[in-house]
Amino acid sequence: MTAFREKIIPVSVVVLVILAAWYAFAILLNAPFQTDINKRLDQKQDLVSFVESTWAQRKPVLPAPHQIASNFFKNTFEVRVTSRRSLVYNSWVTLSSTLVGFAFGTILGALIAVGIVHVPALDKSFMPWIIASQTIPILAIAPMVIVVFAAIGVTGLIPKALISAYLSFFPVAVGMVKGLRSPEILNLDLMHTYNASRSQIFWKLRVPASVPFLFTSMKVAVAASLVGAIVGELPTGAVAGIGAKLLAGSYYSQTIDMWSALVAGSIVAVLLVAAVGVTGRIVERRMGSRGA
Amino acid sequence: MKRPSWQSLLALLLCLFGGVTLPLAVAGTALPFSGGESAAILLLLLGSVALSLSNMPPVAGSIVLFIAVHIAAFLLVIGIAGNEGAARLSFFALLLAGWVLAWRLVTILSAIRPATRTGQRLLSFFIPFLFGLWILILWEGFTRGAGIPFVLLPPPSSVAARFVTSLPILVADVEQTVFKSTLAGYLIGCGIGFLVAIWADRVPFLRRGMLPVGNVVSALPIIGIAPIMVMWFGFGWESKAAVVVVMTFFPMLVNTVAGLAESGHMERDLMRTYAAGYWQTLFKLRLPAAAPFIFNALKINSTLALIGAIVAEFFGTPIVGMGFRISTEVGRMNIDMVWAEIAVAAIVGSIFYGGVALVERLTTFWHPSVRGG
Repeated sequence: MTAFREKIIPVSVVVLVILAAWYAFAILLNAPFQTDINKRLDQKQDLVSFVESTWAQRKPVLPAPHQIASNFFKNTFEVRVTSRRSLVYNSWVTLSSTLVGFAFGTILGALIAVGIVHVPALDKSFMPWIIASQTIPILAIAPMVIVVFAAIGVTGLIPKALISAYLSFFPVAVGMVKGLRSPEILNLDLMHTYNASRSQIFWKLRVPASVPFLFTSMKVAVAASLVGAIVGELPTGAVAGIGAKLLAGSYYSQTIDMWSALVAGSIVAVLLVAAVGVTGRIVERRMGSRGA
Repeated sequence: MKRPSWQSLLALLLCLFGGVTLPLAVAGTALPFSGGESAAILLLLLGSVALSLSNMPPVAGSIVLFIAVHIAAFLLVIGIAGNEGAARLSFFALLLAGWVLAWRLVTILSAIRPATRTGQRLLSFFIPFLFGLWILILWEGFTRGAGIPFVLLPPPSSVAARFVTSLPILVADVEQTVFKSTLAGYLIGCGIGFLVAIWADRVPFLRRGMLPVGNVVSALPIIGIAPIMVMWFGFGWESKAAVVVVMTFFPMLVNTVAGLAESGHMERDLMRTYAAGYWQTLFKLRLPAAAPFIFNALKINSTLALIGAIVAEFFGTPIVGMGFRISTEVGRMNIDMVWAEIAVAAIVGSIFYGGVALVERLTTFWHPSVRGG
């Protein structure tokens, strides 16, 4: 009951206020075009029908939420899943390269973290570069990766997945290094008194200690790899995927299409982050964590 | 006699292999390696192997090793320029031998524990520098040696040449993308985020409603609004700034709200016993306590802002800007220009981040995380 009062009511009020503001802005931003139409057609509208028609334009400056919702619904459930227009199809294209890239990036990041923790030379020489690389806009290489791979005949999923992998690799490596180093001297000493070997210390102490860190950084990484996949779809000239839908929408000023592609991307993002979070909670519970 | 390291032995094998399979480049190239050059490279590398196998004193030995290995690498890389694609296996073996020796050098350096702070700092700068240097050397050697097509991966030397010759263009791009779009958007976005956070903190209902929304929005691919903003605000820098505003707003909001909750009950009660008002408590206690969180958001946002501005330019710009340059030069297959622009983005990004981090150190010098490090 307190959860209801403390959380659900405030959140729904904020969401409702945002929606109301959205409708208001839709009137405001679409009004000039509507007055223009009315002037040209030489028709007079009363206030109510004027407001209604600002919410029902075909290419509005800011589409009203219900227009986006109906477009989203139509392109998700009423169009065949295999069709080019289907948001399910386009989301799947983006999602598949996100997942492939995310998996590769996470594995690579974890392996490099293991190397950094065990080889002092790597720690001293490579780690500063990993940290520094977080401050630079890596996403800028996306168009080049796509075009260069297209030049040697590799198109489709692989180049996009590479960008996603590259973007997700850094947060995972940094988080995993932190996690593998999180056992304190006390724990390490205990392992020493048990005469544990290096590999035993690694598998029985360091790896379990790093799991919470791994999942926290995987949440960041999965969001980053989705962004990477979406941006990776831009320079291919709008073939398929959420990024391609956005680009096509901006070519033809199909604002409603663009917004519903954005909604699709957001839903994919929320689902991905939630999936990582739930997996993390299940894994931690299986490993005997009592939860924070 | 200590046990020889695997790096030294591997380098020895590679040197012997390289020596047996000389010459370095196929016959009949325009600028072949002279016999003296090849001999010098081989001798320098073999000498380095011998040195790394001996009981050398770590500091003096490392300096000699560094000089010898890098002269050899320099000769290899200089020699291959003009002979693109003509390198034989011997060339790659010697290049790899140099790399393995550099790895040995890094291992030795990592084990040194300098007594003075300056020594420590010098070493913590020098070791990553060596790593970066060898990335460049291997990149240069392999692209030129194997004759990798220019449009796939240009060697770093030609990127550097391109960088120098097109400096005015790069400066104009930075001015457009960084000083107009990014900075304006960053200041507005962080400013609004900060003010809304203070407001939300005053009204608990608002805070409880906005935090979950802000957390969800932070995970969304906000960059997707770029084409919409371009449609609304036109091709100029204003549309990019708008994207940056939206991207930087939510991290600032979430972090500042978390930071304002940071000051403890004891301190707040103390302020109450002083009869301090809301604003006095805010400015003298809660904002300073929140500073680490606010700076964390500022640092995250410095990267996000640059990404937002560059990617938004992919959707349409006037004829200047870093994102515009990257997308058009990619289309014209001027990959060296793209790399030059990426180098600029990296430099600007680290300066931006470094600047924020510096201000943080200067203003939150009292915080344990700064004092301890």
